[in-house]
Amino acid sequence: MAGMLDGAVALVTGAGGGIGGATVEALLAAGAEVIATDIRPPASGTLNLAQDVTDEAGWATLADTIQERWGRLDCLVNNAGIATISTIEENSLADWRRQMSVNVESMLLSCKAMLPLLRESGKTRAGGASVVNLSSVGGIGGAPFMAAYCTSKGAVRLFSKSAALEFAALNYNIRVNSVHPGGIQTAMMDEIIEAYVRLGAAPDHATARAGVDRQHPLGRWGRPEEIAAGIVYLCSPGASFMTGSELVIDGGFTAA
Amino acid sequence: MRRLEGRVALVTGGLRGIGEAVTQRLIAEGAAVMVADLDETEGGRLGAHAAYVRLDVGDEAQWRAAVAAVEQRFGRLDILVANAGIGGTGPIREVTLEAWHQTLRVNLDGVFLATKHCAGLMARSGRDHRGGASIINIASIMGLVGLPQAGPYNASKGGVRLLTKANALEFAADKLPIRVNSVHPGFVETPLLLSSSPREALDFYHAGTPMGRLAQPSEIAAVVAFLASDDASFMTGSELVVDGGWTAQ
Repeated sequence: MAGMLDGAVALVTGAGGGIGGATVEALLAAGAEVIATDIRPPASGTLNLAQDVTDEAGWATLADTIQERWGRLDCLVNNAGIATISTIEENSLADWRRQMSVNVESMLLSCKAMLPLLRESGKTRAGGASVVNLSSVGGIGGAPFMAAYCTSKGAVRLFSKSAALEFAALNYNIRVNSVHPGGIQTAMMDEIIEAYVRLGAAPDHATARAGVDRQHPLGRWGRPEEIAAGIVYLCSPGASFMTGSELVIDGGFTAA
Repeated sequence: MRRLEGRVALVTGGLRGIGEAVTQRLIAEGAAVMVADLDETEGGRLGAHAAYVRLDVGDEAQWRAAVAAVEQRFGRLDILVANAGIGGTGPIREVTLEAWHQTLRVNLDGVFLATKHCAGLMARSGRDHRGGASIINIASIMGLVGLPQAGPYNASKGGVRLLTKANALEFAADKLPIRVNSVHPGFVETPLLLSSSPREALDFYHAGTPMGRLAQPSEIAAVVAFLASDDASFMTGSELVVDGGWTAQ
């Protein structure tokens, strides 16, 4: 993928996680400069910063930083997210709000704060500026013990479509698409397996893992770099006619 | 990018429009391409990295011959782009059964026969790649949403969408290294569209696309190249919509 994003400036949130980290690496390999953020500063980007994606003032500061150094933003990857695993009965309102705040409110704050920088890119960049929002197969179909998570990812899916249509209507030349990974081998998936056992949904870890395996017709979980490759594609000029689309990378999960 | 070095592709309907752009893109990424189409006279203009076979995609005997030609010439098949298609419009109360069959024959039988006859060779070739072999079926946004007076076309493309998913699941269940995905272009500036659409229709496609323009064939070809490559190694049974926002509405 070398050269696909030469000279591009990209921001990746949640860059300390599995998919986020792989995305930073893939964007760098494709020739981009990458601002990487997470709740604790990651290490892999061109510039690494601590960021709480639910904090509006922090988004303004970040926009100022990017404005000063680069003056524009070509690719925005809204990847930061958390997964609440709970029965609905035991899901506290505080946890529910936390889920929506991190996964959904962050999308609004991000697009608002970065819009001037994205518009600057859209004025000249071939294929336009590109916003990539991480949803999930859980944003397409439901899952037991994940009502809050699936609700949030469904919201990301339709926020992305609305933003795509709005920016098109306003002639900003900013494309917006969502990415829907299936089960990916990351720390978050390990936590989900852990929670399935804790909640009694599976007798042990091996059974829980086998259950998730079976949901993937390819017979395995995805690797973070297989999601990163899709994100890089959406960021590239080759995706110039794609906006408001869903890129499902799930080993056949939702085809069944 | 040269993601497809050493791979062999078969592109149906490869002489015009999206198919021609796909052929050029795959060659640019390092693949050798067998172009299948119906125009004998133009097969010669393809250059060193492409070969030509005449193929009516609705004819099973011709499919056997085409796959044999690919195997004889290249010895393998890594990428199949089932792109050949025709229109199929008109008020449903007036569509003749003959016209209906013709659209289904090319657009849906063509994908069935392509998959049926290419899968054996692709299963062998796919073992050489981390992401396996890749079948890319060119459907349409008309496989996702309806349009008045497009009944036959809608039916054929909706069929391609779910045939794609069934084949993806079947090959995965059988542990065959072949991924299968569909691409759903919106309105693309192709000879087929430009020649078959009255001015008002073109205006409608233009105005109805949120991006405010039609796609260039190269913008569909770029998506096909992505799906053909190992970059898409965890994608099977997916639908890639490339429509400038049409179906996001």
